[in-house]
Amino acid sequence: MENILDFFLKNREAIFLVILSVFLGIEVISHVPAILHTPLMSGANAIHGVVIIGAIIVMGHAATTSSMILGFLAVVLGTLNVVGGFVVTDRMLEMFKKKK
Amino acid sequence: MNQTITTGILEVTYVVASVMFILGLKMLSHPETARRGNTIAAFGMGFAIIATILFHKKDGQPIGNIPWILAAITIGTAIGWVIAKRVKMTAMPQLVSFFNGMGGAAAALISMMEFPHVSPELIAKSGMANGHVLAILLGLMIGTISWAGSMIAFGKLDGWIGDMRIKAMKYVNLTILAVLIGFIVYIMTRHVAASAELTPLIYVMFVIAVIYGVLFVMPIGGADMPVVISLLNSFTGVAAAMGGFLYSNQAMLTGGILVGSAGTILTILMCKAMNRSLLNVIVGVFGGGGQSNMEAGGVIKEISLSDAAVLLSYSKKVVIVPGYGLAVAQAQHTCHELDKLLEEKGVEVKYAIHPVAGRMPGHMNVLLAEADVPYDKLIESDEINPDLPNTDVLVVIGANDVVNPAAEDDPSSPIYGMPIIKARDAKNIIVMKRGMGKGYAAIENMLFFNDKTRMLFGDAKSTLQNLVNEIKNL
Repeated sequence: MENILDFFLKNREAIFLVILSVFLGIEVISHVPAILHTPLMSGANAIHGVVIIGAIIVMGHAATTSSMILGFLAVVLGTLNVVGGFVVTDRMLEMFKKKK
Repeated sequence: MNQTITTGILEVTYVVASVMFILGLKMLSHPETARRGNTIAAFGMGFAIIATILFHKKDGQPIGNIPWILAAITIGTAIGWVIAKRVKMTAMPQLVSFFNGMGGAAAALISMMEFPHVSPELIAKSGMANGHVLAILLGLMIGTISWAGSMIAFGKLDGWIGDMRIKAMKYVNLTILAVLIGFIVYIMTRHVAASAELTPLIYVMFVIAVIYGVLFVMPIGGADMPVVISLLNSFTGVAAAMGGFLYSNQAMLTGGILVGSAGTILTILMCKAMNRSLLNVIVGVFGGGGQSNMEAGGVIKEISLSDAAVLLSYSKKVVIVPGYGLAVAQAQHTCHELDKLLEEKGVEVKYAIHPVAGRMPGHMNVLLAEADVPYDKLIESDEINPDLPNTDVLVVIGANDVVNPAAEDDPSSPIYGMPIIKARDAKNIIVMKRGMGKGYAAIENMLFFNDKTRMLFGDAKSTLQNLVNEIKNL
């Protein structure tokens, strides 16, 4: 019990942030017209590529060869997620723009 | 620069990046601002990445191995860019799934590398049962499931992995999930001096999570793939947020949770559209394979191209229902040609878009937008249904399950209860289809046997092209 409360106290900002972000995410998506579902999903997909920051941190403090290799891989994969995600979304949305 | 300034700049950048993510996501939900929204989110990401490389400190240590990091980013950018630019619009769903999997894998790798380095002071104080370890384990589990699942979804959508159905799958999957949670509990209740002692367990957990991810997506066929992709997308979001907890990193936290919650809502919306419960999705047995009581009866009636051309040209109102067949045949441009031609002849043409037509929600909208079909012509199924009795001809192009009346008539059908486009209300129905094969959900479609229905067999693109030529020659 003490552990849990201690965890809560130490992370209360993070927990607040999580709760607010949950509502924000729901709020943002609930007014989306169906035509934008695919691009939105794709855009959201690119945003969770933010995991790359973690990959950079891990790689930045990697000391052994094996962790260097894994970290390198993590950064490559994270970048794929970010760059691929944003570029694909842009390609989809580019088509919407050409509307007369 | 001293520590306060660099940390300050980093934190400010993270706040700015978070705001840009939120703003970007918000703008993505309006057609006019969507593209700018995407760009804003991308810039936010760029700032966050650059600031991390320049200013991040862990225990006073700046980021090292920078040349390697830059090399990795360059490689990732090059590959991601080329794939994203080259791939055909029809392959969009599997591409999203692929990139999603990459994010999941990155999250899992981070967890694997961080696990042996949980600070000994923390373990001495609270044992393994602390938030840090939990975040690592959940990040590993969710990230891995998301990666393995996305790869299977990618393979299935790309057509090189078939469906695999085992009756007891539900229980197998639940058991594996229970085992994974058991692992988390076991690891967190160990008494050790250093987390590294338990590292082998992490690899076992990874393998089990891969198996779960594979088995989770494997049996899913039917029209359900969009739901799975959306769900896996939100999984990766949560996995990224676990990384945010781990590093007390606000940008990762907001970005991850935002996607996690938005993705979950989108998933639920899609489940509702198809009349399925989310639990069924997670347990992993749904879609296809259901036995229907209805015998396929009646006679299939074909129509000749010239008759179809005449019928369409002399109609007042035509509604086109596009489906995956249109996407596969790359027929969106030809389809638009047909609708322009008919409009010139004074026929009113609309498109009826079912939310899950194709392989992703909004898939049809993206395709038709590519062909320059103005989006006020794309009408959602709920809106167009009341209008269908006044529609002279309804043209189904490569769609099947979304117009299947079994959803209304046959309680034993696996798609029973799914809202459909009520195609049979129209005065005439023309169905363009490659052959008499069943739809993705593998169920018989009584619409094809309807008295008002005429079939036009062939590849959607060439059939449409022939039809266009025929109408021009009238």
